[in-house]
Parts: sequence; C-alpha cells; structure tokens
Amino acid sequence: MGIVIKMKKSDYNKILGHCQKGLPNEACGLLAGTVEGEVKTVTKVYLLTNLDASNEHFSMDPREQLQALKDARAEGVEIIANFHSHPESPSRPSEEDKRLAYDSSLEYLILSLMEPEKPVLKAFGIDGEKNVTIHDIEYAGD
Amino acid sequence: MTITVAGNKKEYEEGINVTTLIEKEQVENAEYVTITLNDEFVDRRQFESTVLKDGDTVEFLYFMGGGAR
Repeated sequence: MGIVIKMKKSDYNKILGHCQKGLPNEACGLLAGTVEGEVKTVTKVYLLTNLDASNEHFSMDPREQLQALKDARAEGVEIIANFHSHPESPSRPSEEDKRLAYDSSLEYLILSLMEPEKPVLKAFGIDGEKNVTIHDIEYAGD
Repeated sequence: MTITVAGNKKEYEEGINVTTLIEKEQVENAEYVTITLNDEFVDRRQFESTVLKDGDTVEFLYFMGGGAR
C-alpha cells in the first residue's frame, strides 16, 4: 500500500468551489491534517489567493500561507498538502509545477477543470529529484 | 537562549543570525524559503545582519507556485 490521502467529501467540495470561483484563473490553497504512516488525513482546507491572477500560473500569498500555518499549528495539525487548479489542462504536474515543488514532504494536489462537468482531482508526491508519484485519494463522510 | 523554530522551542547560542539558523536547521532548498521573524517577513538581504534574540519565533515558508504549462 502506498500513500493515501483521506478527505471528507465536504472538503473536496470546498476545493472544487474555490477553483470554480477562481476561473478563468488558477486557484490555490493549503490542506492541513495528520500523518500516520502512509495515511494522510485532511482536517482543514485553506483557500488562498493566487497572486499571479493567471490562468496558467499561480503563486500563493505568503501572508496567507503564514496565517494558515499558524492556524493549523494552533489546532494541533500540520500543513500536509497544497492544491491548485488547471483550468484548461489535465491533472498532472507540469514542468513548472515540478520545478517549483520545493518541499518534498508535501502532497501536491491538482484539480483539472478542463472538462467542467468532470473535474478531476489527483494527488502527487514530488521528490527532490522531481520524480512524481501518484497517490490515492479516499473520500469519506460528508 | 530559546527560539521557537517552526513551532518547536530550541536552544541556540547568543548572537546567532538568520543565515546560521538556516544552516543549522538544514533547511531543504533554503534559497526558496521565506523567513518570518515574530510574524514579520525578513528580506533575504537582511538574513546575515538579522541577529536573533531570546524568545524569538521563526517560521520557514516555502515559495508555493506553479504553472499549467
């Protein structure tokens, strides 16, 4: 069994809503939660601003990043993942996504909205050598 | 002196600056990390001259970005 990300359906819906609201631009955010062995459980979603306001690039607002980090820590959890949308391309890390994946401990989630009726969210691990591994997402509860 | 680094209280010698702290903490890809000191962002050009003091709180924030192409 590899790494699994467990997420409530309601948290998925928060990510989806934020990314749809952000169209035509890319949207982004952070996920906090717990890590037990290979199971990473999402407990909170932080919806951040894409400072680039672009449909093919994103940069998170570092001030919002800091607030999310502090909030997660206050709740006894940690930042375990980030997410962003690909409005017009598939759910897979681009060369730019890989190049800018500096924290190999994080999960990198990408929501593709290229087919508006069929959004696709996938999770990836990106190591220091920029090797990409796809990880399962399991949805639980609401 | 005690400094809170990424949420953990740690003991460091007096007079340590941000550059040395980054080295001692073995921060991965440090050139892409933004530093906050007591919730204030520290300009990278000031890392060397920013001396930490007892009770300070330091956070490391990775730049997070990407592109669809």
